[in-house]
Amino acid sequence: MLSLILYPKWRTALTRLRQERGGGGGGKILIVAGVGLIFWTFVFGVLYRVLRYFRGVEDIGPFLAGKLLGVLLLSFLSILLLSNVITALSSFFLAKDLDLLVSAPVDWLDLYLAKLGETLLHSSWMVALMAVPILSAYGVIYDGGWLFPLHALVAVFPLLVLPAVVGSTITLILVNVFPARRTRDLLSVIAVGAAGGVVLLFRIIRPEQLARPEGFNNLLDFITVLRTPTSPFLPSEWATKSIMGGLVGPFDPFQLVLLWTTAAAFVVLGAAVHDRLYPKGFTKSQEGAERFVHGWIWRMVLDPVLRRVTVAKREFVIKDVKLFFRDTTQWSQLILLGVLVVIYLFNIRALPLFRGEQVPFVLVTVVSFLNLGLAGFVLASIAARFVFPAISLEGRQMWLLRSSPLDLKALLWSKYWTGTVPLLILALVITIFTNVILKASPFMMGVSIGTIILLTLAISAMALGFGALYPQFETENAAQIPTSFGGLVFMMTTVALLGVVIVIEAMPVYGYLRAAFRGLPIPVNATMVGAFAAVVAVCVTATVVPLRVGLKRMEEFEF
Amino acid sequence: MIRLEGLTKAYGSFVAVDRIDLHVPRGELFGFLGPNGAGKTTTLRMIAGILRPSAGRIWLGGDDLIAAPMAAKRRLGFIPDRPFVYEKLTGAEFLRFVAGLYGQDGATIERRIDELLELFELSVWKDELVESYSHGMRQKLIISSALIHRPECIVVDEPMVGLDPKAARLLKEIFRHFVEHGGTILMSTHTLEIAEAMCDRIAIIQNGKIVASGTVDEMREQSAVGDASLEELFLKLTGGETARELAKVLGD
Repeated sequence: MLSLILYPKWRTALTRLRQERGGGGGGKILIVAGVGLIFWTFVFGVLYRVLRYFRGVEDIGPFLAGKLLGVLLLSFLSILLLSNVITALSSFFLAKDLDLLVSAPVDWLDLYLAKLGETLLHSSWMVALMAVPILSAYGVIYDGGWLFPLHALVAVFPLLVLPAVVGSTITLILVNVFPARRTRDLLSVIAVGAAGGVVLLFRIIRPEQLARPEGFNNLLDFITVLRTPTSPFLPSEWATKSIMGGLVGPFDPFQLVLLWTTAAAFVVLGAAVHDRLYPKGFTKSQEGAERFVHGWIWRMVLDPVLRRVTVAKREFVIKDVKLFFRDTTQWSQLILLGVLVVIYLFNIRALPLFRGEQVPFVLVTVVSFLNLGLAGFVLASIAARFVFPAISLEGRQMWLLRSSPLDLKALLWSKYWTGTVPLLILALVITIFTNVILKASPFMMGVSIGTIILLTLAISAMALGFGALYPQFETENAAQIPTSFGGLVFMMTTVALLGVVIVIEAMPVYGYLRAAFRGLPIPVNATMVGAFAAVVAVCVTATVVPLRVGLKRMEEFEF
Repeated sequence: MIRLEGLTKAYGSFVAVDRIDLHVPRGELFGFLGPNGAGKTTTLRMIAGILRPSAGRIWLGGDDLIAAPMAAKRRLGFIPDRPFVYEKLTGAEFLRFVAGLYGQDGATIERRIDELLELFELSVWKDELVESYSHGMRQKLIISSALIHRPECIVVDEPMVGLDPKAARLLKEIFRHFVEHGGTILMSTHTLEIAEAMCDRIAIIQNGKIVASGTVDEMREQSAVGDASLEELFLKLTGGETARELAKVLGD
């Protein structure tokens, strides 16, 4: 029965794979594989260097490596727990196949195991992929041998099962207390807030300081901190002990036994809770969330601003703003965005630039200039989250938009400016703040502001254009759209654009630096004018072309 | 008012709609019947401007839908079979938004929103998000949205699905009133009693082609079936043997 319940899932996955392969999707797979490989190599490279350094440190090297693995696995465990709580809500309570499964004579245990497996797979695949280069680096540095991959797999698998069981049980209890729709709203905020909190905490604690023992009073204190486990009751600690035991000895099979028996016991306990609470919870999840809202606030704010535009454009912008702030899955990402910006500014502030007597002018200028690329990347990530899904989210309502006399240009105009204006404000805030923190010169401030405005206009247009080229009309959750293939292509193209702009602008900035170093005035010559003109041309092209291509693609949409 | 000339829609080698010619004059309620997968919805979605025809032309009140889509669409109200609407808007906000798409706003629209919500008994739900509406309530909201800009013609796909008997009766009266005042309706339906009772003329489509059209009496004459009901006529024209065989299988 269990395999029968899972049958439609893997058949669908197989068919999609076959369609991708048949429909010229080979290139798509190749690009995804290529990007994945680059990412893996990068993670492996970083870990490899760090671990090689640890290995060279006598006595405390293995402790440091073990501590690092413990921190990594603990982070994985927390991420998995949060992600399982949210995924379980979809798979156990909101999935489309539930009506069929619950009404059919399917045994509750089969249903539980099938849905648990589904939850585990959906929430853990990314973490599992991330673990591969990390564990490979451990295996290579400490000569794990050919049995190490198997050992790592056996040690890590229970770490995926445990949060899946705990997460789905938490969800089950929450759904029994709140209706499912409310629970989803609540969970999105909790999850994003918690994720942001963890990231911020890591920035404040600075775990990398563990690698600098000079901060401690004496070596003994340091070793004591290193040898103390984070908590003996955490499964991540058991997995760490087992893996490090296998690599540097002594190997203790008890840790593996502990992991597997705990996982098995949790599955049994989870099933028991499911048996007791699921029927009531499922019934409760069918209840709608009754909510009265008053949209007059937005109308009052936006009506005067949009007085001069056509009725269709105005109504479209007002509609988009209302939908954004009423959809918890969308606006809760703003919390994450806030955290991202704070971390960004915090890191810039933490740069060791002003420690000496003399302000290092060259360094400040270079950092201020390179900051443009980083700010551009932050903006691209935000655009991928908020602007890229804009067209996809209209999918189900496209019957209305296409049958009405709405000009698609007006639609694109509304979407573009609804996304661009907040992005532009954010871009200017980030750029001006970082340049003020860095005490950059007026010339650099001017170059940064001009460039970031042009880049923001282009990034927003590209997000919208690629969003129209690779629409995801069937996705119900907006947060999943940026992780699609189109989102990947958008990010890659944006990185290329940032690279081109930085390379072109490096010429006039270098000229400025050289002149400033010699105490000469800013050299306004053909190179400088030509380079800035080229940047304007590149950014304008990157704005106009994606919008035109997107518009053309939208005209071809059929529903 | 609605004129189709050689309208065709092909998906690769599969032809969903095959060179359809049709004319629905002003002031007529025209029924579009056919078995599942015959090409009804595809035809209606092409008339609504959602699907692009592979060949042929569509005229709405003298405006070519392909050459002058804005002018043609201004005359039209479309009611789809699946009521997908913005879940996070309220009923009133949705109607205001649709009116905006047709370039209309102001006090007239606000009054019309209140009238339509009152008519379909949605007034108490006016400020509630659409996500909490039932299927029937959504259908009523979509029907209201098709009427908000006062269209000249309405294209409607399976209008009665999800409606309670009272709303279905109300819709019939609205449609009748609409055509009596010069409006034009092209309606697809599976409910043959509704088609027989409401439509001035009917066309039956099968495998993408119109196999019969005219009044019910004219079609009876064309098919030489005597006093047969529209159901008998429909089954004869669309392969009723299958239905009889099915009934036999179910009876065994």
